Amino acid sequence: MSAIEEIRSCFPQLSRKVYGRPLVYLDNAATSLRPDSVIKRWTEMSSYSTANLHRAVHHIAAEATEAYENARDAVAEFINASAREEVIFTSGATESLNFAAIGIGDAFINEGDEIIVSEAEHHSDLVPWQMLCHRRGARMVRFPVDDNGCLHPERLRSLITPRTKLVCVAHASNVLGIVNPLREFARICRQSGVMLLVDGAQGIVHQKLDVQETGCDFYVFSGHKMYGAPGTGVLWGRRELLEAMPPVFGGGEMIEKVGWESSEWAPLPRKFEAGTQDISAVPCWIPAIRMTETMPQDDSVRDFVFSALQTIPGLRLYGIPVDVKDKLPLFSFTVDGAHHEDLALILDKMGIAVRSGQMCAEPLMERFGVTGMLRASFAPYNTMQEAEYFLSSLRKAIMMLK
Amino acid sequence: MTIKERQQEIIDDFSMYEEWLDKYEYIIELGKSLPGLPEEKKTEDRLIRGCQSRVWLDCIKKDGKVMFDADSDAIITRGIISMLISVYSGQSPADILADDFSFLDALGLKENLSPTRSNGLLSMISAIRDKAAENERNTDS
Repeated sequence: MSAIEEIRSCFPQLSRKVYGRPLVYLDNAATSLRPDSVIKRWTEMSSYSTANLHRAVHHIAAEATEAYENARDAVAEFINASAREEVIFTSGATESLNFAAIGIGDAFINEGDEIIVSEAEHHSDLVPWQMLCHRRGARMVRFPVDDNGCLHPERLRSLITPRTKLVCVAHASNVLGIVNPLREFARICRQSGVMLLVDGAQGIVHQKLDVQETGCDFYVFSGHKMYGAPGTGVLWGRRELLEAMPPVFGGGEMIEKVGWESSEWAPLPRKFEAGTQDISAVPCWIPAIRMTETMPQDDSVRDFVFSALQTIPGLRLYGIPVDVKDKLPLFSFTVDGAHHEDLALILDKMGIAVRSGQMCAEPLMERFGVTGMLRASFAPYNTMQEAEYFLSSLRKAIMMLK
Repeated sequence: MTIKERQQEIIDDFSMYEEWLDKYEYIIELGKSLPGLPEEKKTEDRLIRGCQSRVWLDCIKKDGKVMFDADSDAIITRGIISMLISVYSGQSPADILADDFSFLDALGLKENLSPTRSNGLLSMISAIRDKAAENERNTDS
């Protein structure tokens, strides 16, 4: 078995057919497929290790707690957090970002302050900041992309004012698929005493990130976009920042001492993990991380699709980095005279799963003057044959529509 | 032609194609031949909510019948709305409201469109029904 066949055999869904054709799954940026190891871990936890965490003294409770806390160690090691307490489990990147927005807002944002948000952000990294700005009387400042979809450090520097408190950017945008120069952003932010939050939902599955080396202050991501269990997410923050932030949810587990009128909060990370967590899903971080780390690093499919798409007449690709090395295997485009939705429907009938529409990034669609795009996002388990089939099917679909 | 007769005609046309890609070809042809709406009629109030693509539905009443015109920026959606208005345009509001739209099940359209698309289809149906209901109320008053 070749290396890629071996990887593919770990993902049961890859053996599926749709409409009698083999499934070609190119919607990995929306959610990645789940390997056997993750499914097995979830089933094991559900079948044999179900108990509530941290509370009871019985054997199974200890086992479940250990599995849960081991996952925290694994995530901390994976992103090189300086302490395991800095890793907060959430239900996904969206919840992480909302926790961050509420906590940062309460702790650090005052009327008249400014939050710089890149215009390439997913709504999850945009709407919580709008809500925060409305609550606190702060102002959102747009960090624009250039015509190729690139964000430039010097532009960021020019946007920072004495009122700037926070900068929010994606590791890589879910539409443009360009890995942003995070280290440079972090340097600029640090020089200006501004916090940097990075949305890693799209980036981390393709490019491992060391939070300390990068120099960001917050980093969030989702389990379901990196082969893990849905309903899991991580909010990582520098300890002193998380400590300064108030909890978001009150309830069991997040308290140290409860009186009738007031309570004292538990230390990190429990302060942010009120109530019963997803005890079957969180331990799946361990096999998910293992999967992410063992995926073959082969850019040939990306390079092939990147150049082949650009030879299709009337096709406009959004997100063209200076160096192709900074491009994820994620391609959003429009085709003159062929609507993205029509293309997606026809490709679907050919067995190809792609995404069409506004991709949860309406301001970016507006920036490029389109009502939507078509996006094909690849994972390392997608083969060159699948890429070729996608391109020939796309050509056929365009022919049908013109 | 009555609503039922026109529906049967479409079901017969559709049944000639076995493969869904061929059915799409047919829908695309319908979409291409729909005259569409002039730009000034593609207004917010004619826009049907709940579709991924933009769909506009225009409606006038003539001699007790409701006349529909429609447009979309996506060709398959244009084909589908074209099919729908070819059934319901020129019919009385009461007849439109009495129809249960079950011919779409016979076509297999609902199952064969992605859920978001199927939502779009449902939105188109309710827009047609809403217009018919509006016109029926106007007749009563």
